[in-house]
Amino acid sequence: MTDVAIVGIGIHPFGRHDGVSGREQGARATRSALRDAGIGWPDVQFAFGGSDAAGNADALVADLGLTGIEFVNVKNGCATGGSSLAMADRAIRSGAYDLGVAIGFDKHPPGAFNASPADYGIGDWYGDVGLMLTTQFFGIKIQRYLHDHDIDPAILSMIAAKSYRNGSLNENAWRRTPMSVEEIASSTIVSDPLTKYMFCSPAEGAVALVLCNADVASRYTDTPVLLRSCVMRSRLYGTFEVFAPSLAPARTDGPTVQAAKAAFEAAGIGPEDVDVAQIQDTEAGAELMHMAETGLCGHGEQMALIETGQTEIGGRLPINTDGGCIANGEPIGASGLRQVYENVLQLRGAAGERQVPNQPKVAFTHVYGAPGISACTVLST
Amino acid sequence: MTTMPKNWPARLVDPALFVGDPLSGHEAGAPVLRGSRCSACGAVTFPAQGSCARCTGTDVEPYALATTGTIWSHTVQGFPPKPPYLGASSPRFAPYGVGYVDLGGEVLVESRIVTDDLASLRIGMGVGLVFEPFHHDDDGTAVLTFAFRPTDESPDESTDLPEWPDESTKKRGVR
Repeated sequence: MTDVAIVGIGIHPFGRHDGVSGREQGARATRSALRDAGIGWPDVQFAFGGSDAAGNADALVADLGLTGIEFVNVKNGCATGGSSLAMADRAIRSGAYDLGVAIGFDKHPPGAFNASPADYGIGDWYGDVGLMLTTQFFGIKIQRYLHDHDIDPAILSMIAAKSYRNGSLNENAWRRTPMSVEEIASSTIVSDPLTKYMFCSPAEGAVALVLCNADVASRYTDTPVLLRSCVMRSRLYGTFEVFAPSLAPARTDGPTVQAAKAAFEAAGIGPEDVDVAQIQDTEAGAELMHMAETGLCGHGEQMALIETGQTEIGGRLPINTDGGCIANGEPIGASGLRQVYENVLQLRGAAGERQVPNQPKVAFTHVYGAPGISACTVLST
Repeated sequence: MTTMPKNWPARLVDPALFVGDPLSGHEAGAPVLRGSRCSACGAVTFPAQGSCARCTGTDVEPYALATTGTIWSHTVQGFPPKPPYLGASSPRFAPYGVGYVDLGGEVLVESRIVTDDLASLRIGMGVGLVFEPFHHDDDGTAVLTFAFRPTDESPDESTDLPEWPDESTKKRGVR
């Protein structure tokens, strides 16, 4: 059975880069990943890439070289990066190819994401009356979650403070200034109970990964990281997702639960074995809920873990060690791959000031996006 | 802030969302939300659609939703949304409530929530269907959408409504 290894990683700093197109950021990240693997573009046998707002990913062939390869564009909202990786994983695992790349980049305009109801099969009225905002979904979902599990809302500022703290250690992050819980809690209300500094912002950035058949990984690197599983799922009936004019009366577990469970099963590894995790933190409440939805902890256990520092870089369950979406910003084509980039650094022992101690061996990533999709990976040394 | 005067020109944001004409007398509660119900499995959705996402069947019929329910969860829209929100270029923005309302245990409907006090919203609160004039067209025509208001609030008072335009902008005639 073929195993898949990550043998090269590259990143373009996240944030705002006037005058540098999203595609150019994608090209720079790709060249950086190729250098890391010690290969050139002519060696790449396939590519899966995605950008939500910066044009077709496969436009990159004009920048990188016209080699005639299979280059497929992926468009899956916030789960684009994870979906690109899932397709790359499948391409190698199937035996179709031995060496390829997954690329993600984006360049969003400032301000909240501005989706169109028609893109989601919803009538224009939904946008007309002011319901077409993902921020509302997160406010509504966290409000219910805090209520159901009797969690103190103060946890939200604590999570965001960790994001900015970790971001300050990440030279590629956008927001690199630590912020106090008081500053975060007292910032403008976006979608009650969520304030401005609890939310990520649309941003720019790019990541590329070089993947290969694990049998040949030693040609490219001394520190291959195994992609043990990569699973993408869409929603079942009865879940609660963004852009949902109505919901079933009873809740079903969402795509995060399904994708995480399937990723752990396929890897033959349990959530209790995870040494470092990068999970979707569109806003601080999302990190809170996703900790439990992915199975990393139980519902309601989060405050005890956070208060005792277990989710910090030096804790038992370091989460979003590079600052997550909150500190890096959200270029949605790239974020899922940024999570893998950070985990590869961690497993290589190359994360510098952000290094999780005691040689982490198992890492986990999770993305979630509209209209109710999630992609998860399990990585190991 | 005042309630919408009777006989003010108004239009529905999307007539297909409703059964009955809410413009007759501008009475809250008279028309209802138009969803659909699957004849095979009983699943109810809103707005109405032609097939069932739960059982994949296509034997689906229009279905009038209950007009009272409870808040399942809520938030407050704290900043003026960009287009396509009709109120995006309005000089006045007032935060508005948004949430899901459990209608008789059959379906949870996402809706704007109208209230005298946004800070008073609570999970489990009883609410009833109202029609909210959330925007005015350039000629003064009020644009109505459905919303829910706590049932313990007086129906004659409104808070997050736009100021009523001057009489001179009112369209001639009455709908």
